[in-house]
Amino acid sequence: MAVTVKTFASAGEAAGALSSDRSARYLGGGTLVMRALNEGDVSISTVVRANDQALTRVDASGPRVTLGAGVTFARVLAERDLAFLHAPARSIGGPAVRNMGTVGGNLFAPNPYGDFTVALLALDATVAVQGGFGARDIAIEEFLQSRERQSGALVLSISCTRPASAEAFRYRKIARIKPKGGSVITLAAHLPISGGRIAGARVALGSMAPIQIRAKGAERALEGRVLDSATIDAAASAATEGTSPADNALGSAWYRREIIGVHLRRLLSGQE
Amino acid sequence: MSKTPLQFRHNGRDVAIFVDGGTNLLVALRELIGDMTPKFGCGQGGCGTCSVLIDGELHLSCLTLAETVAGRSVETLDGLKQGPNLHPLQRAFADNFAAQCGYCTPGMLMAAKALLDRNPSPSRADVIEAISGNICRCTGYEPIINAILAAAGGRASA
Repeated sequence: MAVTVKTFASAGEAAGALSSDRSARYLGGGTLVMRALNEGDVSISTVVRANDQALTRVDASGPRVTLGAGVTFARVLAERDLAFLHAPARSIGGPAVRNMGTVGGNLFAPNPYGDFTVALLALDATVAVQGGFGARDIAIEEFLQSRERQSGALVLSISCTRPASAEAFRYRKIARIKPKGGSVITLAAHLPISGGRIAGARVALGSMAPIQIRAKGAERALEGRVLDSATIDAAASAATEGTSPADNALGSAWYRREIIGVHLRRLLSGQE
Repeated sequence: MSKTPLQFRHNGRDVAIFVDGGTNLLVALRELIGDMTPKFGCGQGGCGTCSVLIDGELHLSCLTLAETVAGRSVETLDGLKQGPNLHPLQRAFADNFAAQCGYCTPGMLMAAKALLDRNPSPSRADVIEAISGNICRCTGYEPIINAILAAAGGRASA
């Protein structure tokens, strides 16, 4: 079925068009919306695009990093200043998907995708969105919890604080096919250290619930502790708290619950 | 619904067509231009057989809105041969038995071209990474990897 394509020069105009039409979807890299159109999704009657350069801007020079929503994973991998995000970017698709898929679109990618968002959740990112009533910043956790209601708003950018060291941010994606495959489970942990102890622990999980979630039990087990084997044991034991994984072709819910603690332990121990 | 005029370079030649809203580049190439070399596989971005180069970058034509290539350069397998001569990658695929049913071959060749254009001396690991978005159900990949390495100059180890 043919759809109407509306292309705008500015993100603001695109946001206006998006918020005024419930059957409109924003087309970024195309890996989600074109797939839906190819599958005959009749709920989409309008495709909205914007050629706004601001959507592809990368500001990675300072401690606060901001990525335009239209920045591709290939671009993330090409930026030396974004080395802490290279592992999650590299874990997505093959080269063609990385040339097309965007960090903004990844926020809307359903299981078993959305791996980059797991990393951003662990980094406590902020999502800048523009709706019919202007722009606002939303914490990524809140954004994800209301994701189904966000389709009328345009994501402008995502920002996060750069981890203090390479050790402080860890990422692990478990897939059956290497180097490319959908996620069985995805884990990311941000472990800032203050005075030798973890302060502000964040552990995020993908494919362990309908949306990417924080492993709050594991975070509590890590908070204020030294990252030793006892702490890692406690965090691994608490990894399933609050999770509700589903069965799919890549793994059963039971299997995901069984392995999440194993992989969290390996992530925290720095094992390959 | 009205059609949208679209002009772009297709294998070095300017083309102009009219597309329906939402038409993907694969349909535009096959049905409106008559270039049948990019194939329809999954329509989901999972198989890679529709791969083309857009301004030299590997893209999946089934997930590319046709209108987004206005004014840009699109290269497909059809443009790879030089006159009557096969491209070195095509010759290497033939010599190394890298095509069996051949359905993945157009995408594999474009993924390989994207790699060699950027990195003329890839390692085996580079080749595996470069074709990681392309599925082959016949060969087990080894002949394809060997062919790409042969085309790059015979380097056979990482």
